[in-house]
Formats: sequence, C-alpha cells, structure tokens
Amino acid sequence: MAFAGRRDAPEPPDFGILKRLARDQLVYLLEQLPGKKDLFIEADLMSPLDRIANVSILKQHDVDKLYKVETRPAPGASDQFCFLVRPRVRTMRFIADIVNADKMSGRSRKYKIIFSPQKFYACEMVLEEEGVFGDVTCDEWSFYLLPLDEDIISMELPEFFRDYFLEGDHRWINPVARALQLLNSLYGPFGKAYGIGRCAKMSHELWRDLEEESEGEGQGRKPEIGHVFLMDRDVDYVTALCSQVVYEGLVDDTFRIKCGSVDFGPDVTSSDRSIKVLLNAQDKVFSQIRNEHFSSVFGFLSQKSRNLQAQYDRRRGMDIKQMKDFVSQELKGLKQEHRLLSLHIGACESIMKKKTKQDFQETIKAEHSLLEGFDIRESTSFIEEHIDRQVSPIESLRLMCLLSITENGLIPKDYRSLKTQYLQSYGPEHLLTFHNLKRIGLLTEQAAGETLTAVESKVSKLVTDRAAGKITDAFNSLARKSNFRAISKKLGLIPRVEGEYDLKMPRDMAYVFGGAYVPLSCKIIEQVLERRGWQGLEEVVRLLNGNEFSVSDSTVEDNPAWESQRVILTVFLGGCTFSEIAALRFLGKERGCKFIFLTTAITNSARMMEAMIEARA
Amino acid sequence: MNRARADEEEYWHSSKFRAFTFDDEDDELSQLKESKRAVNSLRDIVDDDDDDLERVSWSGEPVGSISWSIKETASGSTSSLEGRDSSLQKGSSSYAALPKQVSSYSLSSLFKGRNKLPSFQSLSDALTDTGVKNYAPELRRPKAEYKDYSSDWSPKDTVRRMQRGKVCSLERFRSLQDKLVLLDEAVAGHDGNVITAVLIFLKRTLRREILFRELEVRQVALCHLIHFLRETGEQKLLLDLLRFLDRTEEVALSQYREHLNIQDVEKRREFLKGCIGLPFSAEDTSHIQDHYTLLERQIIIEANDRHLEMAGQSELFRKYPRKASILNMPLVTTLFYSCFYHYTEAEGTFSSPTNLKKTFKIPDKQYVLTALAARAKLRAWDDVDALLTTKNWLGYTKKKAPIGFHRVVEMLQRNNAPVQVLQEYVRLVEDVETRLNLATKYKCHDVVIETYRDLKDRIQLTAYKSKVERGSAEEEKINSILNNMQIRWKN
Repeated sequence: MAFAGRRDAPEPPDFGILKRLARDQLVYLLEQLPGKKDLFIEADLMSPLDRIANVSILKQHDVDKLYKVETRPAPGASDQFCFLVRPRVRTMRFIADIVNADKMSGRSRKYKIIFSPQKFYACEMVLEEEGVFGDVTCDEWSFYLLPLDEDIISMELPEFFRDYFLEGDHRWINPVARALQLLNSLYGPFGKAYGIGRCAKMSHELWRDLEEESEGEGQGRKPEIGHVFLMDRDVDYVTALCSQVVYEGLVDDTFRIKCGSVDFGPDVTSSDRSIKVLLNAQDKVFSQIRNEHFSSVFGFLSQKSRNLQAQYDRRRGMDIKQMKDFVSQELKGLKQEHRLLSLHIGACESIMKKKTKQDFQETIKAEHSLLEGFDIRESTSFIEEHIDRQVSPIESLRLMCLLSITENGLIPKDYRSLKTQYLQSYGPEHLLTFHNLKRIGLLTEQAAGETLTAVESKVSKLVTDRAAGKITDAFNSLARKSNFRAISKKLGLIPRVEGEYDLKMPRDMAYVFGGAYVPLSCKIIEQVLERRGWQGLEEVVRLLNGNEFSVSDSTVEDNPAWESQRVILTVFLGGCTFSEIAALRFLGKERGCKFIFLTTAITNSARMMEAMIEARA
Repeated sequence: MNRARADEEEYWHSSKFRAFTFDDEDDELSQLKESKRAVNSLRDIVDDDDDDLERVSWSGEPVGSISWSIKETASGSTSSLEGRDSSLQKGSSSYAALPKQVSSYSLSSLFKGRNKLPSFQSLSDALTDTGVKNYAPELRRPKAEYKDYSSDWSPKDTVRRMQRGKVCSLERFRSLQDKLVLLDEAVAGHDGNVITAVLIFLKRTLRREILFRELEVRQVALCHLIHFLRETGEQKLLLDLLRFLDRTEEVALSQYREHLNIQDVEKRREFLKGCIGLPFSAEDTSHIQDHYTLLERQIIIEANDRHLEMAGQSELFRKYPRKASILNMPLVTTLFYSCFYHYTEAEGTFSSPTNLKKTFKIPDKQYVLTALAARAKLRAWDDVDALLTTKNWLGYTKKKAPIGFHRVVEMLQRNNAPVQVLQEYVRLVEDVETRLNLATKYKCHDVVIETYRDLKDRIQLTAYKSKVERGSAEEEKINSILNNMQIRWKN
C-alpha cells in the first residue's frame, strides 16, 4: 500500500518513549548498587548517555564522581565502582587492572560492570582470565535504540561496520534483532518485511525467532509502523562514498555530527568559543534547510534574515503597550531564531571556505565522471595528483575506493602505482589499510577479483551444498563484484536531463547529489515498495549478489486504511548517510509515506575509510 | 508467588552474598509471567502524575521508580499487589506489549545473579542445582518441570539459551561430533557472541590442529576465531592458525602490524628489519624494505639535525626551528623536510633530497612538487624558478610544471610570493579564463592587460583602467595599447 495515491505523509510515531525506557533501566541498574559510587563511562557512550540522561539524574542515584574509562581513579575514590561500558576486551583489561591493583594494596571495593547494549561471553572470559571474575558483578543495559530525531533512530554502534563487513563477526546481529523486536512490540506489528543482504537476512531470521517465543502478544493491535526494510551497507557502497551536498550531509562531512549534535568552532560562531548545537527537527531554521541542496541554502538563509530584520523593525513606531507585548511575546522567539540563523550562516561560510580550499568543485566533477563512467583516465590522474600533493589521506582513499567500486576494481597497473604513491605520501603502514580495503572489497585489483571467483566456483564444485554455502559466504565479502555500471544502467541511476537540473525544484532523489546520481540504496527501496516485492527486479538482484527477501506476516491484520501502511522502517546495517536520509524524506513527501530510519550508526565516507585504518592497540 | 519474591528480595538486600552465587536457571516462563505481572501491578502505585510515564517501560514494568517498587515488594504488601492483578491484565493488551525476552533480562537481574560464565563451568557447576536449593529454595520450580532444567539441552536449545544470555554448561559436549554440531548450530543461530563462546570452549578442549582442521571448512566460525584472537592479542595462536590455513600473506601482515605498538624507534627499526623476510607479495616486500630504509634514514637525520639545532650554529635551524621530529613521517614529508633543511647538500649525504629521490625511486613529478612546496615555503624564489625551468638539447630554456601552473600560482601565493614572481607563472596558466581570474585576484596587472590585449577586448581593457593606480606604469601601458592603431579590436 505504500505508494497508493498522493496523500500527505503520516506523522512519525513518538520515539521519546525509547529514551525513557533507556533512562529508567539505567536508573534501575544504578540502584542495583545502592549507596555512593563512582561511575566510569566508556568514551563512546558519553554522547548517547547525554541524550537520555544528565548528571543530575546520575547524582540523584548516588553517583559521586564521573570518570572516563581509561582514566585511573583518584586516590580519594569511592568504595563502589560502577563501569558503564561497551563489551570490549580492552575495557575488560582496564577494569581488571583496577581491581587487581586494589587487591594488591588491600583496598576492598564493590565493582559493577554494566554492559551496553549487551554482555559478550568473550568479556567474561577475560575477566576470568584476569582473576577478577567474582570480584565484579555484571549487568546489561539494553540500550539498543537512541532516537536522534523524530525519524532517525541510531544504535550508536559504529563498530558494526568493521566488525561485520571486514572481520565477518556476527556479534551485532543479536542486538539488531532485539532492537527490531523492541520496535515491533512498541510500534508494530510490522506486516511486511523486505530486505537485501546477508546480514539483513540473518537479522531478520533471528528477529523472527525471538518473536516466535514472545507468543505474538502484539497481535490484533493497531500498528504505527507497517513495513520494515533491511539493507546491508555493502549492497551500496557507492552512495556512502560520494561527497555529500545536501546541507545536513555537508555539515556532517565538514564538522562531524555526533549523536545528533555538532560542535561549531570559533570559525563558525565568530567568537572565541565553540558552541554545541543540537541539530534536529526542533531547530526551526535547520529543519527547513537540512534536506536542501547546498546551493539553495544561501538563498533561503538570506530570505530568512530579511524577514527577521523586518520583524525586528516593527519595533519602530510602537507605543509602550505594543512594545511590552512585543518583548514578552515575540522577542524571545526572534532572538532564538536570530541565534540559529547566525549559526547556520556561519556554518555555511565556513563550509564554503573549506570547500574552496579543497577544490571541492573539481572533486565533485571527478566524482560525477566516475559515477557516469567517462574520462576514467582523467579521474585517475586527478586522484593521483591528490595523493602527490598530500591533500588528505582520507579523501584520497575515498576517491580511490569510488574509482574501484564503480569500475569493478582498478587495473593492476593503476592499483600498484596509486598504492605506491599513497604509501609514500601518507605512510608505509597504510599497507595494512590497503589490505583491509581489499578484503572488504572497497579497493580491489581487477585481476585479483577474478582469480578469487574462480577459486570460489572450483571449491563449490568440490564440496557438499551446505559447506559450499559456508565457503561462498566467506568469499562473498572478499570477492564480490560491485557490478555498479550494470546496476546503474538497469535502474537508471544517472538521470538524463535536458538542460540544467533544477536543484531548487528537485524532480527525483538525484538532487541529493546535484542531480547527477540517484542513490542506489534509496532506488532499491523505492522500487521494492512500489512493486511490493522483488518481482521484475531479478536481474538487479542477481547483480547485487542476491540475498533478497520479502516476507508477509500472515497473522498481522493488513488494513489498507491504516496510516501505518504508509510508515516504513528502513534499517541500514553498517550505517546510513544523511544524503540517503534526505533522499528518502524527499521520496516520502512525493509518495505520501513516511520513512523511519534505523541505523547501526550515522555514517559518511570519512567514517567508513577511518574504520579501515589500523591503529595501534 | 509474591510472597516468594518478597522473601527473595529480603534476602537480596540483607545478604552480603554476591548475586552470582545463585544458579541462573529460573527462567521459567510461567514464573517470569508471574513476576512480570507482579511488578506491573505496581504501575498504579508507582506512577506519578505523568501519564506518559505509564508507557515507559523497558520490559513491561513501570520502571520509573523501580527501586521504590522493590522496597514495596520486600515489605510484603502482598494484598495490594493481588488486588491489582486484574487491572493490569486488562491494561496490558492496550499497552505496547513488550517481548518476554526483554523482560527476562531485567527480571533476571532482579531475582538472580546472571553472572555465571556459561561456557566455562566445570563439572561442579553442573551440580549447582542442589546448591540453589540451599540458598534459595523458593526459586525451585515445580517438580514436573524438572526435566527442563537437567543439563540435557540439545545443541540447538543450548545455542538458543546462550543467545538469550542464559547460563548453559558446554562441558557435556565432549565428543568431537557433539562439539561440531554445537558449533554449526551456533553459526546457524547468527549470533556472533555465541559462536565465539562456543569457539572459546572448543579452543580449550580441542588440540589446535584438530580445531584448525575443522574450522577450515567452517569459514564463518573461522572468521570469528580470527577476530577473537586479534582482539585478545593471542598473536602466536593467530599466526599458527594462519600458517595452518596457508594464508601466508596474512601471516606476514599480522606480524608487520605489530610494529604499530613499538614506540621506541630503534626497536621499531630492528623489528622492521625482521619483517623484510616475511612472506609478503613481491610488491609489498619492496614496500616493507622501503619502510625499513626510511626509518633507518630518519634516525640518522634526526640525530644529526637535533645536534645541529642544539648547537645553534645553523642559521636555517635558528630561523625555522623544527616543529616536530622527522621520525616515523611518510616519505614525502621526509623529502619535504630534506628539501627545506638540506636542499644544497651533495648527493652523498643521507639527508640530501637527491639521495632520497634515488634511494626511493621517487618519480620526477612527485619530487618537483615536493621541492617546490619546500622552497616556496622558504621563499627561495630562485630555486622555484630553477625547478620549473627545463633546458632542451639546443640549450633553450622553457618553463615546465608537473602540475597545472594554476596550482603553482596557488602554492606560491600561499607563501606570499611577490607580484613579480607570481605574474611570471600566472602568465603561463593555459586556460585564459583561469589566467584572467588569477591575475585579477592577485593583482598581476601586466598579465591582465596583456591578456585582454591578446583577446582584443577593448571594453574589458578600458574597464580595467579603473583597477590600476592613477599615473602608474600600468595605466600608461593600458593607454598605449588602447591607442595602438595596429590592434583590430573585436569590440
């Protein structure tokens, strides 16, 4: 029912409840260790924690001092330590060191580890090995879902991308399934599930498995979300690798939006301090420009400034009474708007300055050539020059990956030469980065890919079906071809436009990339929802390496009149970009439906590239 | 039921015992339901005036004030609880029904310790059923359900339970057959945490060759073991595994990776020396060799230059003190450094640019580019000029740049090159429009004027007169061009 008729898109469900669930469980867990305690928080849990609780809540529950994990407790520390952590081996060793140091010095304390979102057996093993198992108690804070905005929910698990797609570790599938279960129980039941990708398929299976046990308590309820669509990030790397040009994407690429907020530095605030700004639908200025192509943002901001000026100007000629009303009723709003406007104008200026310095125009041009598949030589030399000038290690990697994935791998001569130059410009240890990129399939050599495929088919012939499946799985991540060219042609990802593409009045989702390219991920979602399945997309599915599914839950009432039929939960496994979000918001408006985004984390090209770099342990 | 709960809570609060001494097996659904209902029934008492809060529950309970509710329960207000049971039941259908699984998480932490390490229980752990009876007999479930709690979980059920975070002894999987079935079930269950847990168990109970052999045909499990070994830093076992699998390149890379953790440069250099012989691809071997050589050079250069700087006799080092040590920097950065501080040195010294160029076979283009940047930074315009000048075999000189001249101009401009220097290169920018833009932007009047002249654009040239100073040589030049009758203006 998703696209029936042009109606207004339904309002998104209220996700505020998710925050309260998380907060209340945390409070409960803290109370499990009654009395004064010091709290050690994992660095990457701080921002998410900030979004749902604050220090006074922690203080209310007897948290005395707050430490960041990895910092040693001060001498006067409390008798109880609570650790709020991600399930990581490194963190376990840190905790064990503290406990063991206390033991050595005869200090007795109570220790509690709260794992978020869940505990891993490997962590317990480390605690046991370190001899502190039993000295610490463990708990789980099932904080799977952080609503970042009215339509975005993040699992805040950036490591999902590397762990699954590079290392082939399935540890985060269970949390994803549980997140789905929670959303289904609160906002479902979801009548129909679509998906593509191995991880999508596994997550869906595990989720269904969990649902079966819960005896279908939600049956017969009127859902708020009708459909769910799961997609693996590796179905579409191209989109994630492109430079973002919608405002929110640009802000993310330029300043890094972290957990829904951004730190605008002195160059933006035109003062000597940084300001932390929450970027969401509540920001009246931001909400109107976030999805716009950058070129239309200036016009909007200047129009807005003029309006604001006009409103301020009304003060002139007011009598005392009017002035009093103005001050009490409007001034605060105007001031707020003024503050926001000046921040976003400052941000735009800063973006412009930075982008001009980085030859953004030329980069975009090279990108578009890569997407369309012409002037490949020219783009290759552009990338080469980028590397030689030591412009930016991450940018250079990104462009190389884009070249590789659109061209099904680099020709060996180019691969060698670019790699050599890269190592010379940015450091020989990037040998490891190249190895990772090859393994994950982001940067490959043409010949190498073919060899692996040959091995794969040979092996498949030799062993039984089940084993063959397993081996193919393993090879999948290594040797899959992107087939981008063919897919792009099949789905019409490069719009043929006569004349200029009007970015202010977009005709399709391509506007998020300046009219040059319709994001593949979003196009797939559009097509599948339109067809209510994968019929007619067989060739595309084959090129995307299969693993598609479309499952209706027959027990769920399917009432076409329900608004929920037009609310679709899109699940991005391995991260989703603001460009994709903008594109689907646009599609939703066009088709009268609402997309809700559930992602393992907000991502962009830089985060993806950084995830491939080896750091010291 | 509530009675039992109350007792248990009392125990919980009074006991110094840590939670994990309970056996973690009372996950019986019926009991869970009871408990959930009991806690849920507190909703009415617990709720404050915020209506929305009612919906706020992570597992069906009104969590807003859990600790309070626990106290209430413990103080034995059973009657009030029972009275509310029915109202809750009604309510639960209209509430978003939360999955039982989630509630088992929370409730289990309420009633029992969940800290048992499932995969590492010893035989004695298998007997703890009796132990539970002693500690908290209330927790026992009815006799009829006993069989569920024996240790005879099928491999599938075992995996299922582990996926739900429950305790499960793996010790009874003793035959290889059983172990492998368990592993395959874990993989089929799609939960990496459980796969790893099973692998930890297999690693402990199987000789490594056997484990390796079996993992070779189980790629998903293999990935998990490799990742686990990486994370826990069991490098030796990891290398053995990779060798067993004949993944020689990965063996080499895994070893090479360790250099990142070596801070001391001498030790790092020694380590890299050892890496050269590792089974890399031919291409990578040369990269590793270069890495070693580079660090070796950097150590020598660093020692010399630190000495030079300290001695304070070199004007260059006095005028431009080094911002950072050159150790562990990329080759291009090293080349830049050497072009900056050691430009004129003879090829024989390790720190000379030409030596670096030769040793590392740096392409001309890269070399010129880097040298340009370094010399421009020092504002050594003559060197810049020399770098951009080539002589052909007839002895004619010609300006040539490895990158577009517009980039050269940018680079010089960033280093505040004077107009005289700048305009020489602006003039060489091929694209007319770019040339005009740059010339206008950097006030290279001569270039602007000449370009308009060549374009025969009288209007623009006339207009440009306003941009130059009155009575200046430039103005004169414009006038003389405009008065030149020979030029056939296009406008």
